[in-house]
Amino acid sequence: MTDLVFFYIFAAVLIISGIRVVTAKNPVHSVLFLILAFITSSCLWMMLHAEFLSIILILVYVGAVMVLFLFVVMMLDVDVETMRKGFWKNLPLAIILAVVVVVEMVMVVSHKPQLTAQQPIPATIPNSNLLGAELYVNYSYPVELASIILLLGFVVAVALTLRNTGKSSAKYQNIPAQVKVKSSDRFKMVKIPPSTDSKVGE
Amino acid sequence: MVTINHYLILSAILFAISIMGIFLNRKNIIIVLMSIELMLLAVNFNFVTFSSYLNNLGGQIFVFFTLTVAAAEAAIGLAILILLFRNLRSINVQDMNKLHG
Repeated sequence: MTDLVFFYIFAAVLIISGIRVVTAKNPVHSVLFLILAFITSSCLWMMLHAEFLSIILILVYVGAVMVLFLFVVMMLDVDVETMRKGFWKNLPLAIILAVVVVVEMVMVVSHKPQLTAQQPIPATIPNSNLLGAELYVNYSYPVELASIILLLGFVVAVALTLRNTGKSSAKYQNIPAQVKVKSSDRFKMVKIPPSTDSKVGE
Repeated sequence: MVTINHYLILSAILFAISIMGIFLNRKNIIIVLMSIELMLLAVNFNFVTFSSYLNNLGGQIFVFFTLTVAAAEAAIGLAILILLFRNLRSINVQDMNKLHG
């Protein structure tokens, strides 16, 4: 019974903050409501006995990704009014679409009643131990691939935003100069007179 | 007693809200990126719910990889956003075709 009360409280907070994310006028408020949504869903994941992932959600998402969003939103000087042009015009269509999506998904979900019977079993082994064993034994190769994806994101973000000015900046290709280059610019024939007195043998 | 349907319907509502957000804020690329994050959260919610109720850890493992991809996607998306703003002084999606070349 307490489970249900907590679930409804968290669900209400999650839905309201989600709606505020997409309707807030100020993008900074949007990011702050997104942080609230992440923290609330982390509480819900805790109720689902996924302790490690809920901590990861707060550490990685709220701690890193959302702070990055907040930095960018505060750094950009956005004209909010022109950005919101078409908001009220699109609202009826968006609401109709959202209602259709929700109704379809609820119909799909409530079709199979046998999935609802099972209750989560509280694990005796800590969730993080189980996840670590699974992750590094059965999924070690995908973990390596995920690390490559992270490295790729890091390199791409730096390469995109590095400025092209100054002495110590990145080195970019100058494609017209590369196309225009001729072989005679790089390759020079030198005439060397053959030496008469051979001293090779000495 | 909280059943699996509660969680699945909640995640469906969250997904629909983020679809609505992409529709409403088509011009503002920041809100579009945030809606995508919300959508990924709803999907992760489904994974965690099924993993918990079916007592199978595979779903939680998959959430790890989704989080990885989402973090890389957010970093690259924000880098493109910064590039767009630096060159055009606007973050309108309609101006994005000027960034090519």
